[in-house]
Amino acid sequence: MNWADLHLMPALPEIFLLSALSVILVLDLFVSDARRGITYLLTLLTLAVCAGIQIATSVPYVTTTFSGMFVDDPLADIVKVGMYGFTAIVLVFTRQYMADRGLFKGEYFTLSLFALLGMNVMVSASHFLTLYIGLELLSLALYALIALNRDSTSSTEAAMKFFVLGALSSGLLLYGMSMVYGATGSLDIVQIGKAIQGGSGNTVLLVFGLVFIVAGLSFKLGAVPFHMWVPDVYQGSPTAITLMVGAAPKLAALVFMIRILVQGMGPMVGDWQGMLVIVAVLSMAIGNITAIAQTNIKRMLAYSTISHMGYMLLGLLAGTAQGYSAALFYAFSYVLMTVVGFGILLALSRAGFECERLEDLKGLNGRNSWYALLMLLTMFSMTGIPPLVGFYAKLVVIQAVVDIGMFWLAVFAVLMSLIGAFYYLRVVKHMYFDEVQDTAPIVVRGDAKLVLSLSGLALLVLGVLPQGLLELCLEAMRTSLAAL
Amino acid sequence: MDMKSLYLLIALAPLAGSIIAGLFGWAIGRRAAHVVTILGVAVSAVLSFRVLYGFMSGQAEVFNEPVYTWLTVGGIDYSVGFLVDSLTAMMLVVVTSVSLMVHIYTIGYMHEDPGYQRFFSYISLFTFSMLMLVMSNNFIQLFFGWEAVGLVSYLLIGFWFKRPTAIYANLKAFLVNRVGDFGFLLGIGLVMAYFGGSLDYQAVFAAAPALAGKTIQIIPGVDWSLITVTCLLLFVGAMGKSAQFPLHVWLPDSMEGPTPISALIHAATMVTAGIFMVARMSPLYEMSDVALNFILVIGSITALFMGFLGIVQTDIKRVVAYSTLSQLGYMTVALGVSAYSVAVFHLMTHAFFKALLFLGAGSVIMGMHHDQDMRNMGGLRKYMPITWLTSLLGSLALIGTPFFSGFYSKDSIIEAVQASHLPASGFASFAVIVGVFVTAFYSFRMYFLVFHGKERWMEAKHGHDAHGHDDHDHHHGLGPNDKPHESPWVVTLPLILLAIPSVVIGYLAIEPMLYGDFFKNVIFVNHEAHPVMEELAHEFHSAAGMGMHAFTTAPFWLALAGVVVAWFFYMKAPHIPAKIKQTFAPVNRLLENKYYLDEIYYAVFAKGSRALGTFFWKIGDMLLIDGLFVNGSAKLVGAFSRVTRKLQTGFIYSYATTMIIGVLALVTIWFAPLIIR
Amino acid sequence: MITLTHFLVLAAVLFAISVMGIFLNRKNVIILLMAIELMLLAVNFNFIAFSHYLSDTAGQIFVFFILTVAAAESAIGLAILVVLFRNLNTIDVEDLGSLKG
Repeated sequence: MNWADLHLMPALPEIFLLSALSVILVLDLFVSDARRGITYLLTLLTLAVCAGIQIATSVPYVTTTFSGMFVDDPLADIVKVGMYGFTAIVLVFTRQYMADRGLFKGEYFTLSLFALLGMNVMVSASHFLTLYIGLELLSLALYALIALNRDSTSSTEAAMKFFVLGALSSGLLLYGMSMVYGATGSLDIVQIGKAIQGGSGNTVLLVFGLVFIVAGLSFKLGAVPFHMWVPDVYQGSPTAITLMVGAAPKLAALVFMIRILVQGMGPMVGDWQGMLVIVAVLSMAIGNITAIAQTNIKRMLAYSTISHMGYMLLGLLAGTAQGYSAALFYAFSYVLMTVVGFGILLALSRAGFECERLEDLKGLNGRNSWYALLMLLTMFSMTGIPPLVGFYAKLVVIQAVVDIGMFWLAVFAVLMSLIGAFYYLRVVKHMYFDEVQDTAPIVVRGDAKLVLSLSGLALLVLGVLPQGLLELCLEAMRTSLAAL
Repeated sequence: MDMKSLYLLIALAPLAGSIIAGLFGWAIGRRAAHVVTILGVAVSAVLSFRVLYGFMSGQAEVFNEPVYTWLTVGGIDYSVGFLVDSLTAMMLVVVTSVSLMVHIYTIGYMHEDPGYQRFFSYISLFTFSMLMLVMSNNFIQLFFGWEAVGLVSYLLIGFWFKRPTAIYANLKAFLVNRVGDFGFLLGIGLVMAYFGGSLDYQAVFAAAPALAGKTIQIIPGVDWSLITVTCLLLFVGAMGKSAQFPLHVWLPDSMEGPTPISALIHAATMVTAGIFMVARMSPLYEMSDVALNFILVIGSITALFMGFLGIVQTDIKRVVAYSTLSQLGYMTVALGVSAYSVAVFHLMTHAFFKALLFLGAGSVIMGMHHDQDMRNMGGLRKYMPITWLTSLLGSLALIGTPFFSGFYSKDSIIEAVQASHLPASGFASFAVIVGVFVTAFYSFRMYFLVFHGKERWMEAKHGHDAHGHDDHDHHHGLGPNDKPHESPWVVTLPLILLAIPSVVIGYLAIEPMLYGDFFKNVIFVNHEAHPVMEELAHEFHSAAGMGMHAFTTAPFWLALAGVVVAWFFYMKAPHIPAKIKQTFAPVNRLLENKYYLDEIYYAVFAKGSRALGTFFWKIGDMLLIDGLFVNGSAKLVGAFSRVTRKLQTGFIYSYATTMIIGVLALVTIWFAPLIIR
Repeated sequence: MITLTHFLVLAAVLFAISVMGIFLNRKNVIILLMAIELMLLAVNFNFIAFSHYLSDTAGQIFVFFILTVAAAESAIGLAILVVLFRNLNTIDVEDLGSLKG
């Protein structure tokens, strides 16, 4: 056996990420607080190199390594590149915020990179073991990140809640996995798919396992009734960490779901489709309705996330290539909207002041009309107003359910989005029509300002020209999911 | 210049003006901002007239091409495309010319406002959206334009919205429009699903006849005609946008916005989008008698009862707003009896005279220093002669005085209703004829209260409660020694320019539009099933003849009665009795008797209609629709929100319990069948 | 004869006990950590039982990984607990309720 036989190319970005991460971990010990910028730059560099390797090694077909436990396909490629990008954007946005709060420490970067590594493994996993390891790597890093602000009561409370419930959901997921293992005799996604297809699995065990798996997965997405952690964690964490939790992990969770449900349990689509319908309907309803009563904007966005996850599930539950790519497109646009929305909250926060109540946005247009415009774009996009990307994302997922004949679900989704529009537009009203309350100047680092503006404009550009990304998603789904 | 670039220029010129004024308004200053936006709209207006001239002279051809394909998903193209035919051409002229007048007027109306450049940017943006809406050749662009005009109007009203803001504020108006949009979207969804998978108008119309007998089951077991359901859903959208009963409640509220907006958006253009849409979809609506009857009933209710509500208003803008509602009802009635061209004709004449009335009202409000309460006005004729004269012409057009524009369109509607054989036409015909009296009554009540009679502003008490919140806070109403003054020329010029078409356009346009070839192949009427237009054509000889004939028909005398009653009760009755008692004691008895007769008359007609108006206002509008229907659903959503909020208790164990309950529920649902099996 | 079903039922009972531990316990957060541990053990039980009856070692290897991750998880959980205690001076579940609505 030699190195060439190991055939590690598909995992090269992860291997590099892990190595660079270890180097940063050690190097950071020798960097003083004043020169923490070095760690920051190294982290960004790592992300850039990872993205470079990812693109350079990408091939338009499926490759596997580690005895088929790790897979690299176009789906993994585009999602990973997206995650590198979003993680980098988040780091740029949060630099000032973390520095103002004394949280601009080495741990922040290493934990973020560990979380990213976990997400990478989740996205590329083709075996229950790698799926589980990736998920736990992400979760453990997130628990620690949320509790990073050790002196904050609400942060630690949020971390504790997330930890306990996350562990519970992992337990549910594992329990489900064990049932599927028992029914099919394999832990490998592809083998499981074949076994179910061949009809050799015990139906009772499979369905039982499936229920628990769907529950565990829904928790990771934050879909009702497994959503209770979302508002508390969003509100309790420092805004920077909220963004870290709310952005890239959603992409990873979606692919994670596609791996298990579509690739592994694909033949049982009739069963999980029904379960996801329930979860999606509840998410859209509870998310949108509860958001109306919120006064804390982070909490409001948390409920908005819950509803967005419901919409994203619409694409997934359609069970068609169009549907999956619609869900992926939705995930991308959702993450982009979240990044811009929280990015603005971060920009408006300063040392000793957290921008997190709706009132804090009052009269934003008078203070800084550019940020107000970006927030307006974000809110319109979340509402689903054309020609922003959010409209397009809703259109494709709704079309996906219409295509499979679930008209009532499409109607319900539209109805809920109309109700949801209210609380998004309320933010717009606060920004444009209310008197300024907070007159402190808004100081943002030049690089963050630039990236924030570009991301905000991307909402518009992707809304006007969505075809490219959509085709990319569709192509990735077609090549990656052999069954389609 | 080829036609495609010409049409692109029509749509994009206002957008360019809007962008320049909006983004660079701070740099180029106020003057340049209004010059550039007015220039943009003027370019569009001139070109629109050229397009219309092309269609009137028969040289122009129908243009129907995609301009830009946005994207293709699942075999459906989402593209921006233009369909320009005679209907579009007429709408283009209406939109751009009224918009141009409003732009000019705004220079005077908003000149003290700090948001001057932004305001111009918004009205130009609105003009662009409206043009995209009327020029669309497919449903998706129609919907975009539909949403865009709604959004801009929402923003424009909100700019001057000064009420204390609660967390649930605005939810009401918002929900009403969402109901309309929801129906509209569902309708488009049905079109997408069943009409051959295309959203292009022509393709959909071509696919429609084959679907005439097709039924769908929305509730299992009940067959509904696909065409009927589609038409009804699309009409729900029109009801929202064109403020038809019971989705009309947002329009009076929107009067909080500045007057130019009321004239442009809430009288002449946006609210007529629903009418335009139904006329555009005439090939679909012609296939469903159920939908037509429904439209007819809704239109009749709106036309009559909204007029009643106009009688009891004291805010000058609200009177005009209710009048708009009522006239929109007339247009809808015309649609219902398959007289689409008549509806569009009324849309056009109404756009001119209602914009005139609104701008006139705005001029009065400026003269009164932003006091909108008619009880504080009176005798303004002397002080604002141009406003007075143009408003009088507008009112005469509105009530349908023979030879004025409103007469031709409204009389045609009444005749069309009488010629219709639909089951609902009996009620409709009653509603539109009574509506004539009501219209004349409230119009001239306003006219007399504002321009004639005693000058009441001296003794008026200026509390800050009675009048609206037009745009400025700094002064409300005239001081004891102030006098109203005529508005500057930028305000009176649009009034004069709008007064001209308000008077003559009906006379000039009725023959080509209703009985000529202007709308041939554009508006489709199934003449066998709905022979209304043919019967009208049979009666019609010439515009002048129609005007002469009017003096022998009921609507004319009813309108006259309305004017006389209004005159008597708002001019004569209030002070005559007292005067008589003092000076002419011998004649007192006689006049007293007359007054006594008038009392009866008053009790029967004026008081009766006032009471009816109050009744509908208090019970129908405020309690049922506003209270139960709209606020009710808003409250319901709010209450739901508070309940779901309670579920989030904050305790880990309750969160865990929810998750476990979720798992158990899923297990139960999926295992019950397995175990039973 | 002990069949697979016996093991599965035992694992299910353990799982149920641990779930009960999470949502009936209103006092101590440490009990939550213990319940989580128990839940993972129930899953391990399942895996080992299946592994044995399927004559497939993969399940047992999975168990090692679960145990390792569980150890790391406990470490993080206890660390959060310590921070929590420093901030609140209590580790009562009932006192963890400031974020809600």
